[in-house]
Amino acid sequence: MSALEVRGLSKAYGGVQAVRDVSFSVDAGEVVALIGPNGAGKTTCFNLLNGQLRPDSGEIALAGRSVVGLRPHQVWRLGVGRTFQVTATFSSMTVRENVQVALLSHHRKLFSLGKPAGRFQVEEADALLARVGMQQQAARPCAVLAYGDLKRVELAVALANRPRLLLMDEPTAGMASDERQALMQLAAALARSERIAVLFTEHDMEVVFNFASRIIVLHGGEVIAAGAPDEVRANPRVREVYLGNA
Amino acid sequence: MSGSAVLLQFLNGLAGASSLFLVAAGLSLIFGVSRIVNFAHGSLYMLGMYLAVSLSGTLGFWLSVPLAAALVAAAGLVIETTLLRRIYKAPELLQLLATFALVLIIRDAALWAWGPEDRLGPRAPGLAGAVAIAGRQFPQYDLLLICLGPAVFIALYLLLSRTRWGTRVRAASQDREMAAALGVNERRLFTAVFALGALLAGFGGASAIPREPASLQIDLAVMSDAFVVVVVGGLGSIPGAFLAALLIGEVKAFCIGLGYSELTLAIEFIVMAVVLVFRPWGLLGRPLAETRGPGTLQPPLPAPSFLLLGGLAVLLAIVPVFAGPYTIVLLTDILVFALFAASLHLLMGPGGMPSFGHAAYFGLGAYTAGLLLLRAHLPMELSLALAPLAAALGALVFGWFCVQLSGVYLAMLTLAFAQIAWSVAFQWDRLTGGSNGLIGVWPAPWLSSKQAYYYLTLVLCLGAVALLWRLIDSPFGYALRAGRDSPLRAAAIGIDVRAQQWAAFGIAGLFAGVAGALYAFSKGSISPETLSVPRSVDGLVMVLLGGVQTLSGPLWGAALFTWLEDSLSRGVEYWRAAIGAVILVLVIAFPRGIFK
Ligand SMILES: Nc1ncnc2c1ncn2[C@@H]1O[C@H](COP(=O)(O)OP(=O)(O)O)[C@@H](O)[C@H]1O
Ligand SMILES: [Mg+2]
Repeated sequence: MSALEVRGLSKAYGGVQAVRDVSFSVDAGEVVALIGPNGAGKTTCFNLLNGQLRPDSGEIALAGRSVVGLRPHQVWRLGVGRTFQVTATFSSMTVRENVQVALLSHHRKLFSLGKPAGRFQVEEADALLARVGMQQQAARPCAVLAYGDLKRVELAVALANRPRLLLMDEPTAGMASDERQALMQLAAALARSERIAVLFTEHDMEVVFNFASRIIVLHGGEVIAAGAPDEVRANPRVREVYLGNA
Repeated sequence: MSGSAVLLQFLNGLAGASSLFLVAAGLSLIFGVSRIVNFAHGSLYMLGMYLAVSLSGTLGFWLSVPLAAALVAAAGLVIETTLLRRIYKAPELLQLLATFALVLIIRDAALWAWGPEDRLGPRAPGLAGAVAIAGRQFPQYDLLLICLGPAVFIALYLLLSRTRWGTRVRAASQDREMAAALGVNERRLFTAVFALGALLAGFGGASAIPREPASLQIDLAVMSDAFVVVVVGGLGSIPGAFLAALLIGEVKAFCIGLGYSELTLAIEFIVMAVVLVFRPWGLLGRPLAETRGPGTLQPPLPAPSFLLLGGLAVLLAIVPVFAGPYTIVLLTDILVFALFAASLHLLMGPGGMPSFGHAAYFGLGAYTAGLLLLRAHLPMELSLALAPLAAALGALVFGWFCVQLSGVYLAMLTLAFAQIAWSVAFQWDRLTGGSNGLIGVWPAPWLSSKQAYYYLTLVLCLGAVALLWRLIDSPFGYALRAGRDSPLRAAAIGIDVRAQQWAAFGIAGLFAGVAGALYAFSKGSISPETLSVPRSVDGLVMVLLGGVQTLSGPLWGAALFTWLEDSLSRGVEYWRAAIGAVILVLVIAFPRGIFK
């Protein structure tokens, strides 16, 4: 059974058909890239997967369990972590506190009135930050971080509940080329060692072809190609609408 | 009820709906273009009433109505160009606060000009009689009012859809940046739209004088009705306002016609609740775009300093050794309002929910304490202990609806709820003593000296503040703050933001109830003013004065404000207007927020 199985997913905004009859699956331990030009429907897909949007039709199953109709916080409890295209962090908190809140949620302590949140699972939080190379900045407020660093914090936060599915929307935007490679290296290693299914979108084709074991190409909300990197690279339709002369 | 009586009530409802529509349409238009919810819109309606009553004495009724409306439009022009223009880019909360300051100022101006008594208007010459409808008498003038609403609706529709000016208004409502790029002169447009909204409100008020007397309370009553209409119809939608005005107008008419006028507010509440559950943005409204973004930049919240609180407690504990009774009473008030402000701060600060109706829970605590003591004959100590639970329950009921919304919608809803609570206290004579309130709410004998009661207040208030601080620092407080910082991120890590906010509402209500119950026993009496909307705004000012992004700020803000109010209310006759003026000066001087 696949970690994520999507069948016939569709979503329209008013007159715009943002996602049309999309089907694919991602297995545990696999790193899959969702690519396509701007406006292809990648972010909309992610928002459908984690419950932020409700599909007009179609089925989404996590390890065989349907999640259509669940709200984002419920989807998260089933083991889905995500990062956002436009980073979303808690700006009034430090980097460590951002991770601590996610850990509190993971341990179902959100309504606890007990000991101060700042003292909760400091080591675990720092260990997660160390993984993404942010331990030196643990005590800094999120509001002052560089964009690439925020992306890293988001990844640490998304890992806090040991997800089975990790959704990363343009995780390396705003990073230098070697940082991109390093971050995706980490994600790929995690996928392998912890058997996490990783689905990511990315505009840097070098990153995509280096790390994705499979690629799904969206265009105008539809899947126009899917398969191993070499097949997709050779696909004439993909070359026409997206890769161009790449 | 017979068929003819039903028909008459129906017509009555249509007449009331017309006035409601005029106010709500203006409110919606102004919001559509400037994104400002004008809390003073009911005040403009009231102004229209008083002006028409005055002018009709010399000019006659028919001339007085358009003239009063024109004068209110002129007042709107002045308000827009001198005040609102300066705060279009200010934070939402400050905008709301500024327009509320206008409510205070206009009410005191009306008190000064026309006195505290209700002013009866004339009948409309030529339409003073009644016509027979289905064998019953129906006022001729009300038939005219019934036509007025649809007539204005059609006129507005034509203005907005068929004229170039209307196209500009619609363009500005839909996309402000684009409108500016197309060369719409925003300044003139904003001014004109505000004046038009004021004209409608003034017209609505002036044309209502044959039906009801002008009174000082009408401003908030009309405003909360208009808020209910706008929330039900959808903010920014004129057809929505029309539809909702009809709905609410009919609900009111039938409740009053059936002899259940106390139920009116409850039914209005239920109608609103049903609509909000099924259509959170109103019947014909659209969601506000900015409410679910990746989040806004928020400054860090400092850790609580219990050392400071302890030091303060010690200091305050030795004050009675050398202070007189006057100071003790003032300090008791300050402590009570410090707790009130701190409980509001939980919602406004970490919760990110601008409540304009927090006095409802303060009042609920006060009234419950009084009623348990006087009507249920419970001991004072038990009344004091149980009252906050009633306040928490009230906060949970109201809060459930409020947390479905955010931003200005939430502010409007909290205010409408507070007004409903006030009306119940004001109207339910048999239970609450109506406008006279309750008297004889004295503490137990061992607490009867001002000193003893001061120590009780000191312990309870500072203890409660310590608990609140602790709570803000707890996992619950962090999860609440996470929902404020970034609702998207919070939901994506398993936080049910609404559940968190709802719990915060209950807790804030509980502590406001403690403050309210303590207040009741310290004064010995309770009046509807305890839970009035101006009292809610007092709380907001306290929190903003001290700084919403700090923990101890609300305490200092409450101390400063309570002391100021105490001094002003002694020396200055129109001290509410004075407070309004202070708010305006602060908002204009610090349009980006008083403390950052
Ligand atoms: N909230 C929205 N309202 C209306 N249309 C939207 C909204 N979000 C996205 N769209 C439209 O849906 C399509 C897909 O957008 P998106 O999923 O963001 O694409 P991508 O992430 O691939 O760039 C685009 O045509 C976009 O304009
Ligand atoms: Mg995108």
